[in-house]
Amino acid sequence: MALQATEAAIASPEAAAPRRDRFRFLRNRKTAIGLGILGVFLLMAIFGEALAPYDPSARSDDLLQSPSWDHPFGTTQTGEDIFSQILVGTRGVLLVGLLAAVIATVLGVLIGVTAGYLGGVGDDVLSSVSNVFLVIPSLPLIIIITSFLPETGDLIIALVIGLTSWAWGARVLRAQTLSLRGRDYVQAARASGESTWRIIVFELLPNLTPVIASGFIGTVIFAVLSEITLAFMGIADISNWNWGTVLFWAQSNQALAQDAWWWFVPAGLCIALLGTALSLINFGIDEFINPRLRSQGRAERSVKMRVGFTPVVRDGRPATGAPRHAAPHGTAPSEPTDPPAVSKGKGNLR
Amino acid sequence: MRYFIQRVLFYAATAWAAITINFFIPRLMPGDPVQSLINRYQGQLSTEAIDSLRVLFGLDNETSLWRQYLDYWGNLFNGDLGTSFTYFPTGVSDIISQSMPWTLTLMGLTTVISFLLGTGLGILAGWRRGSWLDSMLPVTTFFAAIPYFWLGLIAIAVFAVQWQWFPASGGYSNEFVPSWDLDFIGSALYHGVLPGVTIIISSIAGWILGMRNMMVSVTAEDYVLVAQAKGLSERRVMFSYAARNAILPNISNFALSLGFIVGGTLLVEMVFSYPGIGFVLYQGVSAKDYPLMQGVFLFITLAVLAANLVADIVYLLLDPRTRREG
Repeated sequence: MALQATEAAIASPEAAAPRRDRFRFLRNRKTAIGLGILGVFLLMAIFGEALAPYDPSARSDDLLQSPSWDHPFGTTQTGEDIFSQILVGTRGVLLVGLLAAVIATVLGVLIGVTAGYLGGVGDDVLSSVSNVFLVIPSLPLIIIITSFLPETGDLIIALVIGLTSWAWGARVLRAQTLSLRGRDYVQAARASGESTWRIIVFELLPNLTPVIASGFIGTVIFAVLSEITLAFMGIADISNWNWGTVLFWAQSNQALAQDAWWWFVPAGLCIALLGTALSLINFGIDEFINPRLRSQGRAERSVKMRVGFTPVVRDGRPATGAPRHAAPHGTAPSEPTDPPAVSKGKGNLR
Repeated sequence: MRYFIQRVLFYAATAWAAITINFFIPRLMPGDPVQSLINRYQGQLSTEAIDSLRVLFGLDNETSLWRQYLDYWGNLFNGDLGTSFTYFPTGVSDIISQSMPWTLTLMGLTTVISFLLGTGLGILAGWRRGSWLDSMLPVTTFFAAIPYFWLGLIAIAVFAVQWQWFPASGGYSNEFVPSWDLDFIGSALYHGVLPGVTIIISSIAGWILGMRNMMVSVTAEDYVLVAQAKGLSERRVMFSYAARNAILPNISNFALSLGFIVGGTLLVEMVFSYPGIGFVLYQGVSAKDYPLMQGVFLFITLAVLAANLVADIVYLLLDPRTRREG
């Protein structure tokens, strides 16, 4: 019964205005802000090296200067320009974050969707493997593996993070695939003789896109934080500039005791900004999937919400919120061991 | 009961997997790591330590891999995790058992506080959707996106260096010897404030958000409507009807996020030089003390598994649906 309700929910409100709704995702304020900040960081990653006013590793006579026009973020103990270090370091951070997330997402989709669609013994094996990876604390595991490796360049680190953090996505995707598998349109595709792979790629995957996207962004957050942690601990190659390396040098040169706040504040703020931007995008995706989570939206401004009661339409516009209440996540409590699919990304867990 | 046995079996299998991974990591390393370590320590390693390293990396060719694996398990059951060479000749298990109480206390207290506070705020935010609490969400997200260790650095800079309200590092002042008297406990609590608050601030956003989203879903359920139609007080509906059901996924989520919280706590300990497991791991990593690192990893993993099992049992007690099948 839940399935039919969901189906109706997906079909009815969109049908009227499909074109406008395609961009609804972008009109969400949270998403727009998130994408904006992410865009700035992407530009920094691409052009950072060209824009940097100094060579990030070049020493100078301006030792431990506080921020000024010459050095917007101040200088280090050996006179290196911190602004340049941050600019140049952006590329490494984003590269590792995105690459690790791509690896983890591909693995997660392969394992999760296969497990959910095939069922049976294959499902049992695959989901126990991903549960095992889910329970083993990943940060210590990443620390252990990387510190045993003789070479710790950006690519290796991205690989280690990607290979150890796919389990969350696989679990969420498996649950979602299970609920899609029994839908009428999938049954119809099967009855019309479509091959298994065609069903998975053309019938299932398009409907899993928001879930995959949200998992991808959650993994980027996690990968960026892990990578910066590795650099901060001095496990990753410290000759590559990234924000964690800046913090590593700040910590090992006792920046705190010397009151050199400018040495570690910018890098941390950049990490936090990037993380916030990605989380905001994820909120946007969550609200896109589950309209009930929206706190400020067009529909709601005209509807006075009283918790627990039917929304009352004030100015005669159709209450678009009402029929969609039966979105997939409304049924979440009925599955005791599976938390609702997307609403908790990795980002807020760490 | 069947559910319970299933969970126990699952955690046993996971523990086996973790231990096996731990066994294979050093053996998959290319080259001769022992030689490079000997060079690194320039003759400071005793022959005994070198021997134990050879065993750790599986370079001792006389025994087969299977034999090594069995030996590894045998040592594990005797509580022998090898010898650390930064703290030579102390065994790894001794070091872990010394630092364990610090981590357990710090983590236990902060996790409980952050869970209760976050869930409470989440209930309110979900119930009064659109109120000022909702506009707080981006702020908590910002805090959640900050790495734990950086927030710790800032806390030290402001409260320990600038204003000197709290100590910057350590778990107790040097004038005390760890014991159960009041002075020592007071000093330990005083030293624990900054790390504790750091962990709570970084981890609370996850609880608030999870609880809020579940509350929003649950308040639309029919039984909440019925409860309100019956004229029950708002408090009663909020806590006994809505929150009671919304909290279940938050508890199972709690189990899953434990691993992440442990990772964060390790980092906070590193920044504050807190005498717990995380600081030991940090020292092990910086000195390339492989036996120590592996021991710490194994211990952390097993502890997380045990905590997960406890969370599952709590869930079993709270949610009758899991009991019905058995």
